[in-house]
Amino acid sequence: MNLLKGRLFSILIPVISVVLALIIGGIVMLASGYQPILAYTSLFEGIFGNSYNIGETVRQMTPLILAGLAVAFAFRAGLFNIGVEGQVLVGWLASVYVGVSFDLPKIIHLPFAIVTAAVAGALWGVIPGFLKARFKVHEVITTIMMNYIALYMTNAIIRAYMLAPGERTKDVKPTASLASDFLQTITDGSRLHYGIIVALICSVIMWFILWKTTMGYELRAVGFNQHASRYAGMNVSKNIILSMAISGAFAGIAGAMEGLGTYGYMMINAAFTGVGFDGIAVSLIGANNAIGIIIGAALFGGLKIGASNMSSVAFVPIELVDIIIALIIFFIASSYIIHWLSNRVNKGGKL
Amino acid sequence: MKKKFGALLSVGLAASVMLAGCGSDTSKETKGGKDKKDFKVAMVTDVGGVDDKSFNQSAWEGLQRFGKENGLAKDRNYKYLQSQSASDYQPNLQRLVRENYDLVYGIGYLMQADVQKVAKQKPDAHLALVDSVVENQKNVANILFKEQEGSFLVGLIAGSQTKTGKVGFIGGVTGPVIKRFENGFKAGVKTANPKAEVEVQYAEAFDKAEKGQQIANTFYDKGVDIIFPAAGATGNGVFTEAKNRAKNGKKVWVIGVDRDQYEEGLPEDVTLTSMVKKVDQAVFDVSKQTMDGKFPGGQVLNFGLKENGVGISSHKDHVTDKALKLVEEYKQKIIKGEVKVPGTDAEFKNFKVK
Repeated sequence: MNLLKGRLFSILIPVISVVLALIIGGIVMLASGYQPILAYTSLFEGIFGNSYNIGETVRQMTPLILAGLAVAFAFRAGLFNIGVEGQVLVGWLASVYVGVSFDLPKIIHLPFAIVTAAVAGALWGVIPGFLKARFKVHEVITTIMMNYIALYMTNAIIRAYMLAPGERTKDVKPTASLASDFLQTITDGSRLHYGIIVALICSVIMWFILWKTTMGYELRAVGFNQHASRYAGMNVSKNIILSMAISGAFAGIAGAMEGLGTYGYMMINAAFTGVGFDGIAVSLIGANNAIGIIIGAALFGGLKIGASNMSSVAFVPIELVDIIIALIIFFIASSYIIHWLSNRVNKGGKL
Repeated sequence: MKKKFGALLSVGLAASVMLAGCGSDTSKETKGGKDKKDFKVAMVTDVGGVDDKSFNQSAWEGLQRFGKENGLAKDRNYKYLQSQSASDYQPNLQRLVRENYDLVYGIGYLMQADVQKVAKQKPDAHLALVDSVVENQKNVANILFKEQEGSFLVGLIAGSQTKTGKVGFIGGVTGPVIKRFENGFKAGVKTANPKAEVEVQYAEAFDKAEKGQQIANTFYDKGVDIIFPAAGATGNGVFTEAKNRAKNGKKVWVIGVDRDQYEEGLPEDVTLTSMVKKVDQAVFDVSKQTMDGKFPGGQVLNFGLKENGVGISSHKDHVTDKALKLVEEYKQKIIKGEVKVPGTDAEFKNFKVK
């Protein structure tokens, strides 16, 4: 059983999971009368086939990386931040507000808009953090509820104060925009923007805070064992609030990517964007570490963009594509169970 | 452990290869039918999806009818792509344009900005947008409906059939499109029955059935006996409330919107009639024009009564003959241009009953 141990296997697990999911997805497609090989080649082409698809994949990755970081950061401190979705929305609105209402040179305007989004997301995260630290209200419940408050509040604000024709806000000023003609040209007109650089910088920041600072050490300690941390003289309440604030800030920046990059405005959202919820899966795939999250976001973003090619070329209905994506996540998630089981067995052997 | 994985893998692969062989046979068959014509047309749904019982579905029905009548092959010559979130609109439109579709529809005003962007990037592509307008773009055909004219007709029916002298209008979200419904309806009611009162309330949501039910409850309590909701899924709550009241023996009516909503009123049968917006007809017409080489790019096409773009549904058993006569009379007047139905609040103010 030693086979299931070691570094190689931990890399192999996600790969095997993806392959297994593709096979089962293929069987599902066959059973419903579609051609799996054509479907998978078109999926692959839809991700890497041409510069446009690559551009769109990277564009889709950008907010997913940040949402994944947000979920993972809270998770490291032992908190389940289901509220990333809401924090994305308030960050989005905040960034667009700054982008629309101020006239500043680009070098100030753009960072200002991103920082405002981070602050807005952080505030949205602090509220459940505070309730958790002070009153022991479970963060899963409060963050889910905060999602709804964020969705309807942002819609109401847009409708009341920022409405432009087409159920949306005005476009942000060019000085606050992440969009780039250069990137759009080299990717044949995709919506690729400079946000990917912001996302990568944030990944480094997350790694640095968690692993290279005292603060990060405390956060992780609280995540491992609150009681021990308290006994060791750490302020658990402060750390809970802090981790939710930083998590929310990442989520807020994810919103800014949509507001300043992909769209350049915010629309009235009839439903959640899904970025925050996908972020949970991304951080799970990435095992809550920065590099893993980038890879997870690439996988997720690729599948999302490739999916439409799959339904367009191989005529697989989008619902079936969703099933296959769900299978991939399912297998990756259950591979951790395999991992955990094998560890159990190995330990048992030693006793 | 490894061996097991390997075995599983090869079984799976073998199966997929074998069955993939079967799959490609059917595709050859469809290919055979395709050679007739090479015209390719496709649409991108908004987040409502292709089975939304509303305009996405209607548009797809129009496209299917167009495909069948012209002997085109589904999937290869006509198809739809479904959008799961707003961020999908642009990649979906781009994809179809890149697959060299001769005409690509964006269904719904939510896609306005995306259609505009794609049209600018791909000046050779032919695009069409339903329910909104992309200005100054020669390769976009804009499809609008004169909702006020259809709403006027159901307003006539409501005005002449109300027993309490009170009718209600429930709007989805305040905006120019729903305002056309409201003002057309009000004008119709006043024309048929100048003394009738029209209660108006907006739910400010297209997807809140419970809110629709609440407003309907208030309206019916106030003595309203016919409600016309133009509110998407919010309107479903109005049907629920009307059916609840019908169960308790109180006869109230709902007027359906966008499609024939006769079935939504069953089994209590509370649908008086429906104001239909024939997105399918518009999609059919524009596809046909484009196939004939007359793509109406840069134009704003208004589908009204004259163009058979709006009207009342074929389910009108509950409509009295008197009301139907009135409908027919005004339909002709509108088509001839003798009556101009108001579409905005300002136009309604100046509207005089003829």
